[in-house]
Amino acid sequence: MVTTETRRRTPTLVVGTILVVLVVLAALVSFIWTPHDALRVDASIRLMGPSGDYLLGTDKFGRDMVSQIMVGARTTLYVGIVAVGVAALIGTPLGILAGMTRWLGEFIMRVNDLVLAFPALLLAIMFGAVFGASTLTAMIAIGIATVPSFARIARSGTLQVMSTEYVLAARAAGRRGLRIAVRHVLPNISGLLIVQGSVSFAIAVLSEAALSFLGFGTRPPTPSWGRMLQESQELLAVQPRLALVPGVAIAIAVLGFNLLGDGLRDRLDPKLAGRR
Amino acid sequence: MTVLTVENLGVSSGDTHLVDHVSFEIGQGERVGLIGESGSGKTLTAAAVMGLLSDELTASGSVLFGNKEILGARERDLARLRGRDMAMVFQEPMTALNPTMQVGKQVAEVMLIHRTQRDRRSARAAAVELLELVRLPEPRRAAKAYPHQLSGGQRQRVMLAMALANNPSLLICDEPTTALDVTVQKQILELIVAGTRGSALLFITHDLAVVASVCDRVLVMYEGRIVEGGLVQDVFTAPRHRYTQQLLTFSELGTA
Amino acid sequence: MALRILRRTAIFVVSVAVASIAVFLFMAVLPGDPAQVALGVNATPELLAQTRHEFGIDRPLTTQYLDWMRGVVTGDFGRSYVTRDLIGPQLVDRLGVTLWLVGAGMVVALIVAIPFGSFAAVRHRKASGTLISGLSQLGVAIPAFLAGILLVQLFAVQWKLLPSGGWTPPNQNFGEFVRGLILPASSLGLVQGAVLTRYVRSAVLDTLNEDYLRTARAKGLRPGQALRRHGLRNAAVPVVTVLGLQLTTLLIGAVVVERVFVLPGLGSMLLDSVAARDLLTVQGIVLVLVVAALLVNFVVDLLYTVIDPRLRRS
Repeated sequence: MVTTETRRRTPTLVVGTILVVLVVLAALVSFIWTPHDALRVDASIRLMGPSGDYLLGTDKFGRDMVSQIMVGARTTLYVGIVAVGVAALIGTPLGILAGMTRWLGEFIMRVNDLVLAFPALLLAIMFGAVFGASTLTAMIAIGIATVPSFARIARSGTLQVMSTEYVLAARAAGRRGLRIAVRHVLPNISGLLIVQGSVSFAIAVLSEAALSFLGFGTRPPTPSWGRMLQESQELLAVQPRLALVPGVAIAIAVLGFNLLGDGLRDRLDPKLAGRR
Repeated sequence: MTVLTVENLGVSSGDTHLVDHVSFEIGQGERVGLIGESGSGKTLTAAAVMGLLSDELTASGSVLFGNKEILGARERDLARLRGRDMAMVFQEPMTALNPTMQVGKQVAEVMLIHRTQRDRRSARAAAVELLELVRLPEPRRAAKAYPHQLSGGQRQRVMLAMALANNPSLLICDEPTTALDVTVQKQILELIVAGTRGSALLFITHDLAVVASVCDRVLVMYEGRIVEGGLVQDVFTAPRHRYTQQLLTFSELGTA
Repeated sequence: MALRILRRTAIFVVSVAVASIAVFLFMAVLPGDPAQVALGVNATPELLAQTRHEFGIDRPLTTQYLDWMRGVVTGDFGRSYVTRDLIGPQLVDRLGVTLWLVGAGMVVALIVAIPFGSFAAVRHRKASGTLISGLSQLGVAIPAFLAGILLVQLFAVQWKLLPSGGWTPPNQNFGEFVRGLILPASSLGLVQGAVLTRYVRSAVLDTLNEDYLRTARAKGLRPGQALRRHGLRNAAVPVVTVLGLQLTTLLIGAVVVERVFVLPGLGSMLLDSVAARDLLTVQGIVLVLVVAALLVNFVVDLLYTVIDPRLRRS
């Protein structure tokens, strides 16, 4: 079969960006304004359906759902940024180092595999047990658990860059490792890292939601989408809205970051030395 | 007896014509070479003949195999022809074989698909015979080998064995020796000639010397069209088209 | 090949050892005194010291670690500081439940992913393929516990077809066991299935472009046959890679799903013991989970050599 290359215009990148922007906007706007005070408890208006004043109704404590979602977006983004930030800052240099050395590189990859055996949730539970559960322990735990993914991608990209003629020439000319790493490797793998960052962000959001659901994430009264889901459980039969609202929010955020990552990957593909 | 009649074949991708107004015939026992540089459309022509064009390409015109129209035919009917009445050997033996299946099994498969052997055991035995025919050393052992354990030349022999297993009336070879050493090339070409005695051969290549040694007739393809055709000795000694002349000048054949 | 297996086994053993040290040290630096936790605020200093001795936590760390590991290797995980029960037997029981859940979840995931992923790859240029691809993206975005909650709502509360939770051991009442397993396994499996679908699609898509499929067509196989007979085994290699990682994710997903469906598995045991500050139990459970993850990766590695004959000669 003979094929010809066709570049398909997919809306992945556009849709992903829109969804992510939606979440970011909700979080940013919440600093200046929310329809109601997200923390205000009022038993008299509890479990109300959607109305003009309370667009998505209220929960079992009488808190406004829309405001909780908006403020919850802050937590979601906060956790994602810190977790991915930690993972990238630690994982990238490790990965580049692993790609540029032989024995040290092997060792780093073995340690990497070991860390992979400690999934994010497990680490977060352990941290929570030791230091007391909070948003901070969740962020650090998720961050550490994400380091291997970044290290792996960074190493893979580094190996490819190292074998390009450009770098071989630089090494022949006597350029030292650190200089090569910064001037050649880093710019060329940045695309890969951004894609990984987006995908890891989505995973971090899911992890945070799960942790909050278990009670190991954000402590009350700070709004968190995961905890909203947990609080909604007992009333599911009578008020499914209470679960659907945070559920949809989580899905939008995760979907958005996943699509963003996929879209960026498609965009960057021809420019990278890698395969499809 | 004409085995293949191609009339006004056109292959296009959207608005671009990749193959344009191609017509030729191949008779029983004839060995026809199709030469041209990369991108001239020779591989697409071969794909069209086998009915293996990819879905994004549209074909027009007519390709008659015997008296069956290939273009637009049902996949079910085409699958019955392929591997039995018409067969193809591809350029890259490295990737053309399934890396996770023993080569003997892959050769046996083509006979089981078309029921030219009764059961698995006789197919396997026939496969070993075929491997011997294409002069693979230790054919019984070779049959149990995986592709990565064989050399390029040995893999191409396996491909040939697979193609010739059911005695096709038309064998298409697409640059079968381009990826091989010169010494091995000669042996493979001998096998191809021996294997197609009495049946038709369409030999695609950019190497004029090979065409000269293997084929009776030659078609010259340039930018999707056939610019010249005829008996090998006529075309190579007295080329009429500018492009053919260029090809000859730059090949090792030189002038007569 | 034997050398390769030996090397992998050595790495596995070393990893387990290192992981056990990491887990032990982590728990050891925990602020707080297990004896205090067990006895309460009003305990006398003498009683505390006596309890600490009983627990063995007044010994040097290395001794504690070696003793613990020696016990673990023989199946003795010690006694809980809080309940004073043997940890081992309960751990095994709970592990069984979790394994059933994870296994069933994996089966569901594969049942979903293999056909849908292959379909999406074969029709990747048509609308139906894009639809499947889009749905799988959506599936990935839904947390397993949300799927669980929704499934309970639908099948247990509204339609009253399946139980909303609880566990029946298989040897007690097989019918009830299966009924109770369907919803939790589906919550896990559907979400993981979505993730796996994307990988299967990618692997099959790559395989579709391979030359040997073209050869298969040229031999007279129709596209579906060619894919099944030649493509699937080759596409399996990248999928098996992911399977290993997915099992780890499933293990953790099980922890959350157990909460939703009130299953007496390892996950709920972990959460309960953390809440009770029962450190020795937490230590044991974490070790089991981590070793399980390492074991899975080890097995997956060995599986490669079976699937891909190219890897058999080291």
